[in-house]
Amino acid sequence: MLIKRASGILPSEITDEAVYIKRRELLKLAGIAAVGTMAGQSVLVSAAVPEAGGKLLPNARKSPLSTDQKPNSWSDVTTYNNYYEFGTGKEDPSRNATNFEPRPWSVKVSGQCDKPGSYAYEDLIAPNELEERIYRLRCVEAWSMVIPWVGIPLASILKKFEPNSKARYVNFKTLDDPSRMPGQRRRILNWPYEEGLTIAEAMHPLSLMAVGVYGYELPNQNGAPMRLVVPWKYGFKSIKAIAEIKFTSRRPRSSWEQAIPSEYGFYANVNPQVAHPRWSQARERVIGAGVFESKKPTELFNGYGDEVASLYAGLDLRKNY
Amino acid sequence: MKPGSRAFYRLSKPAVFLLALLPFIILLLRSFEVAGFGLGANPVEALLHELGRWGLKFLLLTLAVTPLRRWTGWNWLLRFRRMLGLFSFFYIMLHFAVYAVLDQGLDMAVIIEDVIKRPYITLGMTGLLLLIPLAITSTKGMMRRLGKRWQKLHRLVYIVAVAGVWHFYWQVKLDTLDATVYAAILLLLLGSRVYHRRR
Repeated sequence: MLIKRASGILPSEITDEAVYIKRRELLKLAGIAAVGTMAGQSVLVSAAVPEAGGKLLPNARKSPLSTDQKPNSWSDVTTYNNYYEFGTGKEDPSRNATNFEPRPWSVKVSGQCDKPGSYAYEDLIAPNELEERIYRLRCVEAWSMVIPWVGIPLASILKKFEPNSKARYVNFKTLDDPSRMPGQRRRILNWPYEEGLTIAEAMHPLSLMAVGVYGYELPNQNGAPMRLVVPWKYGFKSIKAIAEIKFTSRRPRSSWEQAIPSEYGFYANVNPQVAHPRWSQARERVIGAGVFESKKPTELFNGYGDEVASLYAGLDLRKNY
Repeated sequence: MKPGSRAFYRLSKPAVFLLALLPFIILLLRSFEVAGFGLGANPVEALLHELGRWGLKFLLLTLAVTPLRRWTGWNWLLRFRRMLGLFSFFYIMLHFAVYAVLDQGLDMAVIIEDVIKRPYITLGMTGLLLLIPLAITSTKGMMRRLGKRWQKLHRLVYIVAVAGVWHFYWQVKLDTLDATVYAAILLLLLGSRVYHRRR
Protein backbone atom coordinates (compact mmCIF):
# COMPACT_ATOMS: atom_id res chain seq x y z
CA MET A 1 0.00 0.00 0.00
CA LEU A 2 1.26 3.38 -0.91
CA ILE A 3 1.13 5.96 1.76
CA LYS A 4 0.78 9.27 0.12
CA ARG A 5 2.41 12.32 1.54
CA ALA A 6 -0.01 15.12 2.19
CA SER A 7 0.00 16.84 -1.12
CA GLY A 8 0.90 20.40 -1.80
CA ILE A 9 3.20 20.92 1.14
CA LEU A 10 6.92 21.01 0.59
CA PRO A 11 9.12 20.06 3.55
CA SER A 12 10.70 23.47 3.24
CA GLU A 13 7.33 25.06 3.91
CA ILE A 14 6.81 23.35 7.23
CA THR A 15 7.91 25.52 10.05
CA ASP A 16 10.48 24.00 12.31
CA GLU A 17 8.93 23.50 15.74
CA ALA A 18 11.63 25.43 17.55
CA VAL A 19 10.99 28.32 15.22
CA TYR A 20 7.27 27.93 15.66
CA ILE A 21 7.52 28.07 19.43
CA LYS A 22 9.78 31.06 19.22
CA ARG A 23 7.52 32.82 16.77
CA ARG A 24 6.63 35.55 19.23
CA GLU A 25 10.29 36.39 19.67
CA LEU A 26 10.69 36.35 15.93
CA LEU A 27 7.77 38.70 15.62
CA LYS A 28 9.46 40.97 18.09
CA LEU A 29 12.58 40.84 15.99
CA ALA A 30 10.53 41.87 13.01
CA GLY A 31 10.39 45.03 15.05
CA ILE A 32 9.33 48.24 13.46
CA ALA A 33 8.08 46.56 10.29
CA ALA A 34 4.39 47.32 10.03
CA VAL A 35 3.47 44.17 8.20
CA GLY A 36 5.32 40.92 8.59
CA THR A 37 4.61 37.82 6.61
CA MET A 38 5.28 34.46 8.20
CA ALA A 39 4.73 30.99 6.82
CA GLY A 40 2.35 32.32 4.23
CA GLN A 41 0.07 33.99 6.75
CA SER A 42 -0.29 37.67 7.17
CA VAL A 43 0.40 38.93 10.61
CA LEU A 44 0.42 42.57 11.47
CA VAL A 45 3.18 43.51 13.79
CA SER A 46 3.01 46.85 15.47
CA ALA A 47 5.95 48.98 16.39
CA ALA A 48 5.45 47.98 19.99
CA VAL A 49 4.47 44.36 20.52
CA PRO A 50 2.06 43.46 23.31
CA GLU A 51 3.45 42.92 26.75
CA ALA A 52 3.45 39.50 28.37
CA GLY A 53 0.05 37.86 28.40
CA GLY A 54 -0.92 38.75 24.87
CA LYS A 55 -2.11 35.56 23.15
CA LEU A 56 -1.60 35.12 19.45
CA LEU A 57 -4.74 34.09 17.60
CA PRO A 58 -4.79 31.53 14.81
CA ASN A 59 -4.39 32.95 11.34
CA ALA A 60 -7.04 35.38 10.37
CA ARG A 61 -8.15 35.54 6.78
CA LYS A 62 -7.59 38.93 5.17
CA SER A 63 -10.81 40.67 4.28
CA PRO A 64 -11.64 42.71 1.20
CA LEU A 65 -13.62 44.95 3.56
CA SER A 66 -10.39 46.21 5.12
CA THR A 67 -9.13 49.69 4.44
CA ASP A 68 -5.64 50.03 3.01
CA GLN A 69 -4.92 52.88 5.42
CA LYS A 70 -2.04 52.32 7.79
CA PRO A 71 -3.19 51.06 11.20
CA ASN A 72 -2.37 52.95 14.37
CA SER A 73 0.34 51.55 16.58
CA TRP A 74 -0.39 48.86 19.16
CA SER A 75 0.29 51.47 21.80
CA ASP A 76 -2.25 53.95 20.36
CA VAL A 77 -4.90 51.25 20.06
CA THR A 78 -4.39 49.86 23.55
CA THR A 79 -3.74 52.97 25.66
CA TYR A 80 -6.22 55.51 24.34
CA ASN A 81 -9.91 54.68 24.36
CA ASN A 82 -13.15 55.11 26.24
CA TYR A 83 -14.31 52.24 28.42
CA TYR A 84 -16.04 53.78 31.43
CA GLU A 85 -16.25 50.40 33.18
CA PHE A 86 -12.55 50.93 33.87
CA GLY A 87 -12.48 54.71 34.40
CA THR A 88 -13.47 57.81 32.49
CA GLY A 89 -9.96 58.93 31.48
CA LYS A 90 -8.72 57.82 28.08
CA GLU A 91 -5.73 56.01 29.60
CA ASP A 92 -7.70 54.58 32.54
CA PRO A 93 -8.80 51.37 30.80
CA SER A 94 -5.21 50.40 29.96
CA ARG A 95 -4.26 50.93 33.60
CA ASN A 96 -7.33 49.55 35.37
CA ALA A 97 -8.25 46.56 33.22
CA THR A 98 -5.02 44.64 33.65
CA ASN A 99 -6.44 42.28 36.28
CA PHE A 100 -9.75 41.66 34.54
CA GLU A 101 -10.21 37.96 33.83
CA PRO A 102 -12.26 37.49 30.64
CA ARG A 103 -12.52 33.69 30.95
CA PRO A 104 -14.65 31.73 31.47
CA TRP A 105 -17.18 33.77 29.53
CA SER A 106 -20.71 33.12 28.43
CA VAL A 107 -23.32 35.12 26.63
CA LYS A 108 -26.96 35.06 27.55
CA VAL A 109 -29.18 35.09 24.47
CA SER A 110 -32.86 35.89 24.79
CA GLY A 111 -35.86 37.54 23.17
CA GLN A 112 -37.33 37.00 19.74
CA CYS A 113 -35.35 34.00 18.60
CA ASP A 114 -35.71 30.24 18.40
CA LYS A 115 -32.42 29.34 20.07
CA PRO A 116 -32.20 31.33 23.27
CA GLY A 117 -29.91 30.22 26.07
CA SER A 118 -26.52 30.64 27.56
CA TYR A 119 -23.65 30.17 25.15
CA ALA A 120 -20.03 29.66 26.13
CA TYR A 121 -17.55 31.95 24.42
CA GLU A 122 -15.77 29.00 22.85
CA ASP A 123 -18.97 27.59 21.35
CA LEU A 124 -19.78 30.94 19.79
CA ILE A 125 -16.38 31.75 18.39
CA ALA A 126 -14.51 28.52 17.69
CA PRO A 127 -16.71 27.20 14.84
CA ASN A 128 -16.04 30.34 12.79
CA GLU A 129 -13.14 31.34 10.64
CA LEU A 130 -11.45 34.47 11.96
CA GLU A 131 -11.11 37.46 9.68
CA GLU A 132 -8.83 40.42 9.90
CA ARG A 133 -10.74 43.64 9.32
CA ILE A 134 -8.78 46.86 9.22
CA TYR A 135 -11.38 49.50 9.96
CA ARG A 136 -11.45 53.22 10.59
CA LEU A 137 -12.83 54.11 14.01
CA ARG A 138 -14.35 57.53 14.57
CA CYS A 139 -15.08 58.54 18.15
CA VAL A 140 -17.94 60.91 18.92
CA GLU A 141 -15.26 63.07 20.59
CA ALA A 142 -13.88 63.91 17.13
CA TRP A 143 -10.78 61.74 17.03
CA SER A 144 -10.10 58.72 14.88
CA MET A 145 -7.84 55.71 14.48
CA VAL A 146 -7.35 52.82 12.08
CA ILE A 147 -7.53 49.48 13.88
CA PRO A 148 -6.71 45.96 12.60
CA TRP A 149 -9.45 43.99 14.32
CA VAL A 150 -9.74 40.23 14.22
CA GLY A 151 -13.23 38.82 14.45
CA ILE A 152 -16.28 37.18 12.95
CA PRO A 153 -19.09 38.77 10.98
CA LEU A 154 -21.75 39.58 13.57
CA ALA A 155 -24.38 38.07 11.28
CA SER A 156 -22.77 34.60 11.43
CA ILE A 157 -23.10 34.63 15.20
CA LEU A 158 -26.60 36.09 15.33
CA LYS A 159 -27.99 33.68 12.72
CA LYS A 160 -27.14 30.75 15.01
CA PHE A 161 -29.75 32.01 17.47
CA GLU A 162 -32.39 31.93 14.71
CA PRO A 163 -34.07 35.28 15.24
CA ASN A 164 -37.76 35.17 14.36
CA SER A 165 -39.85 37.62 12.36
CA LYS A 166 -40.57 39.78 15.38
CA ALA A 167 -36.88 40.48 15.88
CA ARG A 168 -36.48 44.02 14.58
CA TYR A 169 -33.64 45.09 16.83
CA VAL A 170 -30.72 43.57 18.63
CA ASN A 171 -29.93 44.72 22.14
CA PHE A 172 -26.44 44.16 23.57
CA LYS A 173 -25.32 44.44 27.17
CA THR A 174 -21.88 44.56 28.73
CA LEU A 175 -20.99 42.41 31.70
CA ASP A 176 -22.56 43.79 34.90
CA ASP A 177 -20.07 43.16 37.67
CA PRO A 178 -18.70 46.05 39.74
CA SER A 179 -16.32 43.67 41.50
CA ARG A 180 -14.54 43.05 38.21
CA MET A 181 -15.27 46.39 36.55
CA PRO A 182 -14.36 49.07 39.10
CA GLY A 183 -15.80 51.88 36.99
CA GLN A 184 -19.27 50.45 37.57
CA ARG A 185 -19.03 51.38 41.25
CA ARG A 186 -19.72 54.98 40.27
CA ARG A 187 -23.08 55.51 38.67
CA ILE A 188 -21.92 57.60 35.72
CA LEU A 189 -23.96 55.64 33.21
CA ASN A 190 -26.83 53.25 33.85
CA TRP A 191 -24.90 50.01 34.21
CA PRO A 192 -24.67 47.66 32.54
CA TYR A 193 -23.69 49.49 29.36
CA GLU A 194 -26.29 48.89 26.71
CA GLU A 195 -26.35 49.29 22.97
CA GLY A 196 -28.63 48.46 20.11
CA LEU A 197 -28.75 48.02 16.36
CA THR A 198 -31.55 47.44 13.91
CA ILE A 199 -31.56 43.87 12.66
CA ALA A 200 -30.46 45.14 9.23
CA GLU A 201 -27.52 46.99 10.75
CA ALA A 202 -26.56 43.99 12.84
CA MET A 203 -26.70 41.64 9.84
CA HIS A 204 -24.73 44.01 7.62
CA PRO A 205 -21.47 42.43 6.41
CA LEU A 206 -19.42 45.28 7.91
CA SER A 207 -20.69 44.63 11.44
CA LEU A 208 -18.06 42.63 13.25
CA MET A 209 -17.82 40.73 16.51
CA ALA A 210 -14.18 41.36 17.34
CA VAL A 211 -12.19 38.96 19.48
CA GLY A 212 -8.75 40.28 18.69
CA VAL A 213 -6.61 43.11 17.47
CA TYR A 214 -3.29 43.03 15.66
CA GLY A 215 -3.44 39.25 15.47
CA TYR A 216 -3.65 38.93 19.25
CA GLU A 217 -6.60 38.22 21.52
CA LEU A 218 -8.38 41.40 22.54
CA PRO A 219 -6.58 43.12 25.39
CA ASN A 220 -8.88 43.65 28.38
CA GLN A 221 -8.98 47.41 27.87
CA ASN A 222 -10.28 46.97 24.34
CA GLY A 223 -13.30 44.94 25.41
CA ALA A 224 -12.15 41.36 25.96
CA PRO A 225 -13.25 38.76 25.27
CA MET A 226 -15.67 39.97 22.59
CA ARG A 227 -16.91 43.33 21.42
CA LEU A 228 -18.85 44.87 18.61
CA VAL A 229 -17.24 46.91 15.85
CA VAL A 230 -19.64 48.96 13.77
CA PRO A 231 -17.28 51.14 11.76
CA TRP A 232 -19.76 53.59 10.23
CA LYS A 233 -21.09 54.64 13.63
CA TYR A 234 -19.46 56.59 16.43
CA GLY A 235 -17.28 54.40 18.60
CA PHE A 236 -19.62 54.27 21.57
CA LYS A 237 -21.98 52.06 19.56
CA SER A 238 -19.32 49.36 19.47
CA ILE A 239 -20.11 47.86 22.86
CA LYS A 240 -17.40 45.95 24.73
CA ALA A 241 -17.28 42.76 26.83
CA ILE A 242 -20.67 41.57 25.60
CA ALA A 243 -22.49 39.34 28.08
CA GLU A 244 -26.05 39.60 26.78
CA ILE A 245 -27.73 39.61 23.41
CA LYS A 246 -31.47 40.12 23.12
CA PHE A 247 -33.65 40.23 20.03
CA THR A 248 -36.46 42.72 20.47
CA SER A 249 -39.37 44.13 18.54
CA ARG A 250 -39.00 47.52 20.23
CA ARG A 251 -36.07 49.84 19.75
CA PRO A 252 -33.61 49.56 22.62
CA ARG A 253 -32.22 52.68 24.27
CA SER A 254 -28.46 52.84 24.42
CA SER A 255 -26.69 53.89 27.60
CA TRP A 256 -25.53 57.20 26.18
CA GLU A 257 -29.01 57.91 24.87
CA GLN A 258 -30.36 57.26 28.37
CA ALA A 259 -27.76 59.56 29.90
CA ILE A 260 -28.04 62.56 27.53
CA PRO A 261 -30.76 62.01 24.92
CA SER A 262 -30.26 65.45 23.36
CA GLU A 263 -26.64 64.65 22.52
CA TYR A 264 -26.57 60.93 21.72
CA GLY A 265 -29.14 59.21 19.59
CA PHE A 266 -29.89 55.62 18.70
CA TYR A 267 -28.34 55.69 15.23
CA ALA A 268 -25.14 57.64 16.00
CA ASN A 269 -23.99 57.36 12.40
CA VAL A 270 -20.80 59.31 11.73
CA ASN A 271 -21.98 62.51 10.07
CA PRO A 272 -19.91 65.67 9.58
CA GLN A 273 -23.08 67.67 8.86
CA VAL A 274 -24.75 66.97 12.17
CA ALA A 275 -22.82 68.64 14.99
CA HIS A 276 -22.83 67.36 18.51
CA PRO A 277 -24.70 70.07 20.46
CA ARG A 278 -21.45 71.10 22.12
CA TRP A 279 -18.83 70.51 19.43
CA SER A 280 -18.41 70.18 15.69
CA GLN A 281 -18.24 66.80 13.98
CA ALA A 282 -16.97 68.26 10.71
CA ARG A 283 -13.36 67.30 11.31
CA GLU A 284 -11.43 64.77 13.32
CA ARG A 285 -8.04 64.56 15.00
CA VAL A 286 -6.18 61.60 13.54
CA ILE A 287 -4.45 59.82 16.41
CA GLY A 288 -0.84 59.09 15.63
CA ALA A 289 -0.60 61.66 12.86
CA GLY A 290 1.60 63.97 14.87
CA VAL A 291 1.20 67.22 16.74
CA PHE A 292 1.51 69.48 13.71
CA GLU A 293 -0.85 67.52 11.51
CA SER A 294 -4.13 69.36 11.11
CA LYS A 295 -7.45 67.68 11.63
CA LYS A 296 -8.90 65.86 8.67
CA PRO A 297 -12.43 66.27 7.33
CA THR A 298 -14.83 63.65 8.64
CA GLU A 299 -16.68 61.58 6.06
CA LEU A 300 -20.37 60.70 6.11
CA PHE A 301 -20.77 57.17 7.55
CA ASN A 302 -17.04 57.35 8.31
CA GLY A 303 -16.34 56.69 4.63
CA TYR A 304 -18.46 53.52 4.51
CA GLY A 305 -21.34 55.24 2.71
CA ASP A 306 -21.14 53.02 -0.39
CA GLU A 307 -21.78 50.00 1.79
CA VAL A 308 -24.30 51.31 4.30
CA ALA A 309 -26.09 54.41 2.97
CA SER A 310 -28.90 52.24 1.60
CA LEU A 311 -29.78 51.18 5.15
CA TYR A 312 -30.92 54.73 5.81
CA ALA A 313 -32.75 55.58 2.59
CA GLY A 314 -35.54 58.00 3.39
CA LEU A 315 -34.39 58.52 6.96
CA ASP A 316 -33.80 62.09 8.13
CA LEU A 317 -30.27 61.78 9.50
CA ARG A 318 -30.52 65.15 11.20
CA LYS A 319 -33.50 64.04 13.26
CA ASN A 320 -32.30 60.48 13.69
CA TYR A 321 -28.82 61.34 14.93
CA MET B 1 13.35 81.57 58.34
CA LYS B 2 10.38 83.64 59.38
CA PRO B 3 7.84 84.82 56.79
CA GLY B 4 8.64 88.42 57.69
CA SER B 5 12.41 88.12 57.57
CA ARG B 6 14.68 89.59 54.90
CA ALA B 7 15.94 86.18 53.82
CA PHE B 8 12.39 84.92 53.32
CA TYR B 9 11.54 88.03 51.36
CA ARG B 10 14.48 87.55 49.05
CA LEU B 11 14.15 83.79 48.53
CA SER B 12 10.42 83.22 48.53
CA LYS B 13 9.58 84.94 45.26
CA PRO B 14 12.10 83.08 43.10
CA ALA B 15 11.07 79.87 44.85
CA VAL B 16 7.39 80.38 44.12
CA PHE B 17 8.26 81.42 40.59
CA LEU B 18 10.15 78.20 39.95
CA LEU B 19 7.40 76.16 41.56
CA ALA B 20 4.79 77.80 39.36
CA LEU B 21 6.93 77.15 36.32
CA LEU B 22 7.29 73.48 37.15
CA PRO B 23 4.10 72.32 35.39
CA PHE B 24 5.33 74.09 32.26
CA ILE B 25 8.74 72.43 32.48
CA ILE B 26 7.12 69.03 32.96
CA LEU B 27 4.88 69.65 29.95
CA LEU B 28 7.98 70.54 27.92
CA LEU B 29 9.65 67.30 28.99
CA ARG B 30 6.50 65.41 28.09
CA SER B 31 6.25 67.19 24.74
CA PHE B 32 9.78 66.24 23.76
CA GLU B 33 9.47 62.81 25.38
CA VAL B 34 12.51 63.37 27.56
CA ALA B 35 13.41 60.74 30.16
CA GLY B 36 10.38 58.54 29.71
CA PHE B 37 7.92 61.42 29.78
CA GLY B 38 5.24 61.54 27.13
CA LEU B 39 1.88 62.96 26.19
CA GLY B 40 0.18 59.73 25.17
CA ALA B 41 -1.69 58.90 21.99
CA ASN B 42 -3.34 62.32 21.64
CA PRO B 43 -0.66 64.87 22.52
CA VAL B 44 -2.64 67.90 21.35
CA GLU B 45 -5.54 67.02 23.62
CA ALA B 46 -3.20 66.28 26.53
CA LEU B 47 -1.46 69.66 26.16
CA LEU B 48 -4.77 71.46 25.76
CA HIS B 49 -6.28 69.92 28.87
CA GLU B 50 -3.17 70.21 31.05
CA LEU B 51 -2.60 73.87 30.19
CA GLY B 52 -6.26 74.72 30.73
CA ARG B 53 -6.32 72.99 34.10
CA TRP B 54 -3.14 74.73 35.26
CA GLY B 55 -4.54 78.07 34.12
CA LEU B 56 -7.61 77.46 36.27
CA LYS B 57 -5.59 76.17 39.21
CA PHE B 58 -3.50 79.35 39.28
CA LEU B 59 -6.62 81.44 38.87
CA LEU B 60 -8.12 79.75 41.94
CA LEU B 61 -4.84 80.15 43.84
CA THR B 62 -4.85 83.86 43.00
CA LEU B 63 -8.39 84.14 44.31
CA ALA B 64 -7.44 82.21 47.43
CA VAL B 65 -4.86 84.76 48.55
CA THR B 66 -7.26 87.29 50.06
CA PRO B 67 -9.50 84.85 51.97
CA LEU B 68 -6.46 82.97 53.26
CA ARG B 69 -4.84 86.21 54.37
CA ARG B 70 -7.98 87.20 56.23
CA TRP B 71 -8.37 83.89 58.01
CA THR B 72 -4.76 83.33 58.91
CA GLY B 73 -3.49 86.89 59.23
CA TRP B 74 -0.57 85.97 56.94
CA ASN B 75 -0.33 89.28 55.16
CA TRP B 76 2.84 88.24 53.39
CA LEU B 77 0.71 86.04 51.12
CA LEU B 78 -0.28 89.16 49.24
CA ARG B 79 3.24 89.37 47.90
CA PHE B 80 2.61 86.40 45.61
CA ARG B 81 -0.78 87.36 44.29
CA ARG B 82 0.37 89.18 41.16
CA MET B 83 2.77 86.42 40.23
CA LEU B 84 0.09 83.76 40.67
CA GLY B 85 -2.31 85.80 38.55
CA LEU B 86 0.27 86.25 35.83
CA PHE B 87 1.01 82.54 35.82
CA SER B 88 -2.69 81.89 35.36
CA PHE B 89 -2.58 84.26 32.39
CA PHE B 90 0.53 82.48 31.09
CA TYR B 91 -1.04 79.00 31.18
CA ILE B 92 -4.36 80.17 29.79
CA MET B 93 -2.67 81.97 26.89
CA LEU B 94 -0.67 78.81 26.15
CA HIS B 95 -3.92 76.83 26.36
CA PHE B 96 -5.42 79.15 23.76
CA ALA B 97 -2.27 78.99 21.61
CA VAL B 98 -2.40 75.18 21.55
CA TYR B 99 -6.10 75.33 20.64
CA ALA B 100 -5.59 77.90 17.87
CA VAL B 101 -2.33 76.61 16.39
CA LEU B 102 -2.20 72.87 17.01
CA ASP B 103 -5.86 71.95 17.38
CA GLN B 104 -7.37 74.20 14.73
CA GLY B 105 -4.30 74.83 12.57
CA LEU B 106 -4.90 78.61 12.75
CA ASP B 107 -7.98 78.20 10.58
CA MET B 108 -9.67 81.48 11.47
CA ALA B 109 -13.01 80.51 9.96
CA VAL B 110 -13.18 77.41 12.14
CA ILE B 111 -12.04 79.29 15.25
CA ILE B 112 -14.62 82.03 14.74
CA GLU B 113 -17.32 79.44 14.13
CA ASP B 114 -16.30 77.68 17.32
CA VAL B 115 -16.43 80.88 19.36
CA ILE B 116 -19.84 81.80 18.00
CA LYS B 117 -21.49 78.39 17.88
CA ARG B 118 -20.07 76.48 20.84
CA PRO B 119 -21.19 78.06 24.10
CA TYR B 120 -18.36 76.56 26.12
CA ILE B 121 -15.82 78.08 23.74
CA THR B 122 -17.68 81.41 23.81
CA LEU B 123 -17.33 81.35 27.57
CA GLY B 124 -13.68 80.38 27.52
CA MET B 125 -12.92 83.10 24.99
CA THR B 126 -14.76 85.67 27.10
CA GLY B 127 -12.67 84.77 30.12
CA LEU B 128 -9.48 84.86 28.10
CA LEU B 129 -10.19 88.29 26.62
CA LEU B 130 -11.14 89.76 29.99
CA LEU B 131 -7.90 88.45 31.43
CA ILE B 132 -5.79 90.48 28.99
CA PRO B 133 -6.47 93.95 30.47
CA LEU B 134 -5.80 92.51 33.91
CA ALA B 135 -2.41 91.22 32.84
CA ILE B 136 -1.55 94.52 31.12
CA THR B 137 -2.46 96.58 34.19
CA SER B 138 -0.70 94.31 36.64
CA THR B 139 2.44 96.47 36.92
CA LYS B 140 3.13 98.80 39.82
CA GLY B 141 3.12 101.76 37.46
CA MET B 142 -0.34 100.90 36.18
CA MET B 143 -1.63 100.39 39.71
CA ARG B 144 -0.45 103.89 40.59
CA ARG B 145 -1.82 105.46 37.42
CA LEU B 146 -5.23 103.87 37.73
CA GLY B 147 -5.58 104.45 41.45
CA LYS B 148 -9.02 103.46 42.69
CA ARG B 149 -10.10 102.40 39.24
CA TRP B 150 -7.50 99.63 39.32
CA GLN B 151 -9.35 97.70 41.95
CA LYS B 152 -12.63 98.15 40.11
CA LEU B 153 -11.09 96.89 36.89
CA HIS B 154 -9.54 93.91 38.59
CA ARG B 155 -12.89 92.75 39.90
CA LEU B 156 -13.23 91.38 36.39
CA VAL B 157 -11.26 88.43 37.69
CA TYR B 158 -14.47 87.10 39.27
CA ILE B 159 -16.15 86.99 35.86
CA VAL B 160 -13.03 85.42 34.37
CA ALA B 161 -13.01 82.70 37.02
CA VAL B 162 -16.70 81.88 36.63
CA ALA B 163 -16.35 81.82 32.84
CA GLY B 164 -13.24 79.65 33.05
CA VAL B 165 -14.64 77.05 35.40
CA TRP B 166 -17.95 76.95 33.52
CA HIS B 167 -16.01 76.52 30.27
CA PHE B 168 -14.29 73.51 31.82
CA TYR B 169 -17.52 72.06 33.20
CA TRP B 170 -19.41 72.45 29.94
CA GLN B 171 -16.76 70.80 27.83
CA VAL B 172 -16.72 67.55 29.82
CA LYS B 173 -18.64 64.75 28.12
CA LEU B 174 -20.25 63.18 31.17
CA ASP B 175 -17.98 62.68 34.16
CA THR B 176 -18.05 66.16 35.67
CA LEU B 177 -16.44 65.20 38.99
CA ASP B 178 -13.18 67.11 38.38
CA ALA B 179 -14.93 70.19 37.08
CA THR B 180 -17.30 70.07 40.05
CA VAL B 181 -14.35 70.19 42.43
CA TYR B 182 -13.05 73.33 40.66
CA ALA B 183 -16.53 74.85 40.83
CA ALA B 184 -16.89 74.03 44.52
CA ILE B 185 -13.55 75.67 45.34
CA LEU B 186 -14.49 78.75 43.32
CA LEU B 187 -17.83 78.94 45.08
CA LEU B 188 -16.08 78.75 48.43
CA LEU B 189 -13.64 81.51 47.49
CA LEU B 190 -16.37 83.80 46.16
CA GLY B 191 -18.63 82.94 49.09
CA SER B 192 -15.98 83.91 51.60
CA ARG B 193 -15.85 87.37 50.01
CA VAL B 194 -19.60 87.80 50.28
CA TYR B 195 -19.42 86.62 53.89
CA HIS B 196 -16.64 89.08 54.66
CA ARG B 197 -18.58 92.01 53.17
CA ARG B 198 -21.74 91.24 55.07
CA ARG B 199 -20.01 91.08 58.40
